[in-house]
Amino acid sequence: MLSIRKLHAGVAGKEILHGIDLEVRAGEVHAVMGPNGSGKSTLAQVLAGHPGYLVTAGEVLYEGRNLLEMPPEQRAREGIFMAFQYPVEIPGVANAEFLKAAVNAVREHRGLEELDAVEFLVVLKEKMKLVDMDPAFMSRSLNEGFSGGEKKRNEILQLALLEPRLAVLDETDSGLDIDALRTVAAGVNRLRRPDNAMILVTHYQRLLNYVTPDRVHVLSNGRIVRSGDQALAQELEARGYEWLEATPEALPR
Amino acid sequence: MTDRTTKEAFLAAFAERDRRGFADDPSWLREARRAAIDRFAETGLPTTHDEDWKYTSLAPLVATPLDLATEGTGEIPAEEALVSLAAGSSSWSRLVFVNGRHVPKLSTIRPLAPGGRVGSLAEALITDEETVRAYLTAARDKGEGAFGALNAAFWPDGAFLRVPAGVSLEEPIQVLFVATASPRPHAQHPRSLIVLERESRAVLVETYIALGGGTYLTNASTQLVLGPDAALDHHKIVQEGGPAIHVGRTQARQERGTRLASCSLAFGGRLIRNDVDVLLAAEGAECMLSGLFVIGGRQHMDNHTVMDHAQPRATSRQLYKGVLDGRARGVFNGRVIVRPGANGTDAHQTNKNLILSEGVEVDSKPQLEIFADDVKCSHGAADGQVAEDAIFYLKSRGLDEVVARTLLTHGFASEVLSGLRVDSVRSWCEDLLRGRLRGGRVAEEAP
Repeated sequence: MLSIRKLHAGVAGKEILHGIDLEVRAGEVHAVMGPNGSGKSTLAQVLAGHPGYLVTAGEVLYEGRNLLEMPPEQRAREGIFMAFQYPVEIPGVANAEFLKAAVNAVREHRGLEELDAVEFLVVLKEKMKLVDMDPAFMSRSLNEGFSGGEKKRNEILQLALLEPRLAVLDETDSGLDIDALRTVAAGVNRLRRPDNAMILVTHYQRLLNYVTPDRVHVLSNGRIVRSGDQALAQELEARGYEWLEATPEALPR
Repeated sequence: MTDRTTKEAFLAAFAERDRRGFADDPSWLREARRAAIDRFAETGLPTTHDEDWKYTSLAPLVATPLDLATEGTGEIPAEEALVSLAAGSSSWSRLVFVNGRHVPKLSTIRPLAPGGRVGSLAEALITDEETVRAYLTAARDKGEGAFGALNAAFWPDGAFLRVPAGVSLEEPIQVLFVATASPRPHAQHPRSLIVLERESRAVLVETYIALGGGTYLTNASTQLVLGPDAALDHHKIVQEGGPAIHVGRTQARQERGTRLASCSLAFGGRLIRNDVDVLLAAEGAECMLSGLFVIGGRQHMDNHTVMDHAQPRATSRQLYKGVLDGRARGVFNGRVIVRPGANGTDAHQTNKNLILSEGVEVDSKPQLEIFADDVKCSHGAADGQVAEDAIFYLKSRGLDEVVARTLLTHGFASEVLSGLRVDSVRSWCEDLLRGRLRGGRVAEEAP
């Protein structure tokens, strides 16, 4: 589904990713872990198409097509979704109004009929249960004044509504208390399907206690230095990122 | 024309009108008109050397040779032509003025409680002369400026509303000032008097629109009087024609326990100057002023407010927002006065502008004059562009650039509308806003 090959990318003239290779197949969940500044969020932003990040070399193929040529809105419509680490607050735009516009933009691209207000409400109610979200948040401005946990729930709600093929969750677990983390993780697990894939970008192993990844990759200084299964995440948790710094050679993937 | 010739033209037109047109007026009114034209004669039109007009040049007015002899004439539009311009609901009372003159056949008046009246001010001069006289002579001419004086001298008609004590009017009353196409640029000077007696409530929608093209001047004056514990929701909507000039002043006086919410929306007109002048004349009065303008091309909008806290423990809130595109120019001047002894005053003012183009210019000036103790007084101002991180967020959800910008611009503007308490008025204003903001930009020509 996704092939990242020798990807070099950076921001403001500074290269952050120094050659990333990653292969994600349908049905798989990959965890990308790493210390602060290792390039995890850069990778997520590049996949979503943030205009501030410049790709200097390498390629990214999404279902065999050149992802890097697609503007962000096209990536979204083609089935890529990034849950933001810091969801943007947008005053004056009602959450429900935004969600409906997003769902219909994606549906239109997929050749589906637009949902009218009533049909959308039915779908929305069902998905809101998934993330245990208070309906009062629907009439509020998008993310405005939401707590950290509410923002992350709102991201997972969007994930549920937009039904992407490839979801990239950028530190969705950061800033969550244990209850919110469980809710978010339960939502993610229920959205796992054989025909979609997920990349969980995270600093800590704790999300992986609830969502079991098929592959775990460790990013350090813009390179994937280790890949393995769930056991790698546990080892990292036990030994810390310094352990990797001490043994920097990448293991074969 | 020059400043001087424009001034001379007004003086000559007044002399002519005073000889003939105003002959039917009661003598106190003729005196008041003459006193007003004398005040105008002393100052003449303001220039950018006047502090209150520093950022607003009257060049577009001075350049227009106004035909001042024909005020109140011009074609009367068909009712159908008004339908799309008037507010949504047919249950509203509607008073229609064309080029400053009341047109009863286009107006719909719902019955009011006994002792109340809604109609034309000229008519009220006959039916309610004492009331009209009492309030017009009590109007503050201090701070009225040259245009206030001109209005006081020339006004032919306008809306008159008197809500009797204890009466709540459920449905809004719309006052529609229509300017129609005329062969030469003309001027209209509508004057409205709105009186809410004690413990009464009303909703007023004051709209200025154009039918047909052409340049003209609207110089409007609206006087709001709120008796003890009265509540008024006032809306002023300026949708003048593309080349039109609108100068308007809303003057309010609030007694004890009153609540005034006054919102001005400006979309259409070459040059719009909107003055709101509120006197919080007794304890515990509450005033919420808000304004939204959405302009593009070479439009110019100038909001001037004066909030006069004359007595203790009154509250005022001001929220003014502008969306500017093209080479538009916006001005905000918000003066808050807290008089000696007005302790416990709580006054806040905010001015924010969204700038959609590099050619835009904005001047924002708060003026706080505080002469009392134990006062909460603050102001905030911010000008900015559409946030790029917000654009990316929306795009990452599949929305294209135009939809994203439209949502964000509308979101910025809708904060003002979300404060409107009357649902039917708010949803109508939302429609007007959507019509003005297409593709997240402001169209060159007014709608």
